Amino acid sequence: MEILLVVIIGFLHAGGLYMLLRRSMFKMIIGLILLGNGANLLIFLLGRLVKGNPPVIEDGLKVFTDIYADPVPQALVLTAIVIGFGLQSFAIILIKRVYNVLNTDDLDELNSTDEEI
Amino acid sequence: MLVAVVLGFIFALLVPFFSRFTKRAISLVYPLIPLFLFLYFLGFLEKIKSEGQILFHYNWVPSLGIDLSFRLDGLSLLFALMITGIGTLVFAYTANYLKGHQYLDRFYGYLSMFMASMLGVVLSDNLMSMFIFWELTSISSYFLIGFNNDDPASRKSALTALSITGFGGLVMLSGIILLQVVGGSYSFTELLNSSEIIKNSNSYGWIIALMFVGAFTKSAQFPFHFWLPGAMKAPTPVSTYLHSATMVKAGIYLLARFTPLLGDTIWWNSTLVTVGAITMVYAAIHSVFRVDLKGILAYSTISALGILVFLIGIGTEKSLLAAGIFILAHALYKAALFLITGIIDHETGSRDVSKLAGLQKVMMPVAIAGFLAALSSAGLPFLLGFISKEVMYEATLQLGNWALILTALAVLTKILLLVAGFWAGIKPFTGNLPSEFNKAHMPSPLLWVPPLLLGFLSLGFGMFPFFIQESLIQPVFSSISGSDTTIELKLWHGFNLVLLLSVLTLVSGGLLYFFLKPSKALIEKTFKFEVISPQNIIENGSNLFGSFARFWTRFFQNGYLRNYVITILAFLTLLMAYRLFGEVNIYIDWEQISTVSYYEAIVVLMMIISIIFAISTNSRTTAIVALGVVGFANCLFFIFYSAPDLAMTQFSIDTLTVLLFMLVLVKLPKNKSFSSKGMKFRDAFLSLTFGVLIAILTLEVFEEPSSSEVSKYFADNAYLLAKGRNVVNVILVDYRGFDTMIETVVLVIAAAGVFSLMKLDLNPSKKDL
Repeated sequence: MEILLVVIIGFLHAGGLYMLLRRSMFKMIIGLILLGNGANLLIFLLGRLVKGNPPVIEDGLKVFTDIYADPVPQALVLTAIVIGFGLQSFAIILIKRVYNVLNTDDLDELNSTDEEI
Repeated sequence: MLVAVVLGFIFALLVPFFSRFTKRAISLVYPLIPLFLFLYFLGFLEKIKSEGQILFHYNWVPSLGIDLSFRLDGLSLLFALMITGIGTLVFAYTANYLKGHQYLDRFYGYLSMFMASMLGVVLSDNLMSMFIFWELTSISSYFLIGFNNDDPASRKSALTALSITGFGGLVMLSGIILLQVVGGSYSFTELLNSSEIIKNSNSYGWIIALMFVGAFTKSAQFPFHFWLPGAMKAPTPVSTYLHSATMVKAGIYLLARFTPLLGDTIWWNSTLVTVGAITMVYAAIHSVFRVDLKGILAYSTISALGILVFLIGIGTEKSLLAAGIFILAHALYKAALFLITGIIDHETGSRDVSKLAGLQKVMMPVAIAGFLAALSSAGLPFLLGFISKEVMYEATLQLGNWALILTALAVLTKILLLVAGFWAGIKPFTGNLPSEFNKAHMPSPLLWVPPLLLGFLSLGFGMFPFFIQESLIQPVFSSISGSDTTIELKLWHGFNLVLLLSVLTLVSGGLLYFFLKPSKALIEKTFKFEVISPQNIIENGSNLFGSFARFWTRFFQNGYLRNYVITILAFLTLLMAYRLFGEVNIYIDWEQISTVSYYEAIVVLMMIISIIFAISTNSRTTAIVALGVVGFANCLFFIFYSAPDLAMTQFSIDTLTVLLFMLVLVKLPKNKSFSSKGMKFRDAFLSLTFGVLIAILTLEVFEEPSSSEVSKYFADNAYLLAKGRNVVNVILVDYRGFDTMIETVVLVIAAAGVFSLMKLDLNPSKKDL
């Protein structure tokens, strides 16, 4: 299973970067999200895979008795997902505004500053 | 002593506040400050004569070995007297010259700041503090040269002067640091003891090369000389001050100061003689090709500085003595000539020497001053210039094999300088007054007294050399040469070769003056050599550097987002590929690998298909849906592998993202394909390579045993210390509570951004109204 996940991580990175290189702003955001997913999965995978044993201490116990999934990568990924959402929603609104003002989706038309709006 | 140095700075700080309350009449008070300092330094004459040097010590930055120690010896005293003495005259002169100028107070502020910095340079014993004062003179002279700041030419000259002298100062700083490394101290007095160690060290060549750049840029030696004629854009009092006694002499001071420490080696002497000789001849020739009085004076100043470097370079006792006298003689006559030029400019509005004539009829005292200064510059008997010229010829004649050529160069320079001096000091005051200057009248005494005073000083010191011989020149000579020889200044040396050379100089200079008339035609002939002039070459060099920097910036910062990404990506790919190349040893321990169940296989397949969809589709809706599937598939992985919190977060976030996407972006037009096939192929290749590398990297990391000490600590203590059973939550809200809080702040900021972007009204038609 790990091998398959590694393949998917590679796919997500490749796809994300490819989309990031497009000129369309919409595609750029797709790329950003794919890349984010890839990175999250990568970090998660590096904590090793454990099936059916979430890092939650059972009722009545004070410490783990069984094996448990590594909580640290999970905490990291959780943070990353939330921050990623902040970034994505901001980017989505931003390109919407840019499109409303400049009437274009093409990044190449946005490469100069100080132009009258 | 500290007060004496700092006084000028304090004054410069106070002037802007003064000027609110005081009116113009008060500007007559300003010259009292340099006058006070002049008298203060004059009081040291006797003490220096008997004791040789006086040290003053104030701690400043003891941890770095930088302190404010001042050292007053013959050389420093001569400079301090020139700086404050000529400063007094310039301050007084300015009161009338710039009378009623809007920014007169500002001018005095700059001028006194400059004076204080110069005093700092010549009095500092610590080389670091000397460097600081040195750069302060560059900065304050920048303000002075660019004083007419609404004139672009003036600004440009100021900038040229600043960049040349500032650059030299920085080079000198490296020299000073190197000197400290070798000699073990920043204190000049202490370094003197290790003179032999420094001269024999491997770094000696570097040290003198770096120091030379500092001195040559400041003292306008070839090929850095061109900032000096440009600096003539400044008001005349500034030119007087900067170019006769202070700024440009700082480099000379540096060389003279370091002669006992670094001098008397073949490298030191031959470099200085070569550069000095080139500069003095080159600039002397230039000076007779000018018609603008200030231009003539600028080039004759450069030439005089060349003579000084040349004399210091020869390095014999005679030549160092000649340098010592010439510093004073030149300061006296050149300051006078500059002041006279200022008067002429002020009264007639012209500086064209080919037109000026007959002014003696309206301003006799100025004419007398002009004659005295010109004759001293020519080196006529009974003037200080004569003595310095005699000693100089004596020095060059002693040089054995080189005597002939060096003496010839010196004589040639002196002949040309005589012509330049006569043009500036005598030509405007002979013949008949042209009608266009009829309006010229006698200037205020504030203007004509200073040059006349300087002229009489040249005459007085020349006629009675014993006056300065023991009190001033002897200590100067001792501190430059470091020897105890007693010197003797004489007017009459008997009939000898030196006298013959003097006569030759005077006669041929006089003849040249009568036959060579200043004209514009002469100067135009030099224009065709402009292409190979150092100024042109250095300016082109700096332009070229600018274009290169622009090209470089445009190449990497070209404004296309994808190019930035490609650059970063390509670099990262290459780096990883290089690292992984030949070192990949993936060993997969199949025992550790978990098996693949059928539902997992389905999710994997689903994910890959939706990634391909998201990339390849042209429909926006399809892409968003595919993205949603990728997110949910991710979510399923989290569920399979014991991460319920992640799954919940991912699920809600993914839903929100898809909804937001749909609501906001559905109205955009259809996706267009902007890129060509080739570009797509290139991008695909690059990103696939990167994807493969990331996969390989992940597999490699898998080889390493994971260290779970941190996780174990969190897991063991989650309940015992933090009273929580869900370890992930405990980490987020307890162990890493601050992180989470700041993350929340980030989200709030993002939310505020989203909200304001939605509400923001950017309708151009409304905005125009």
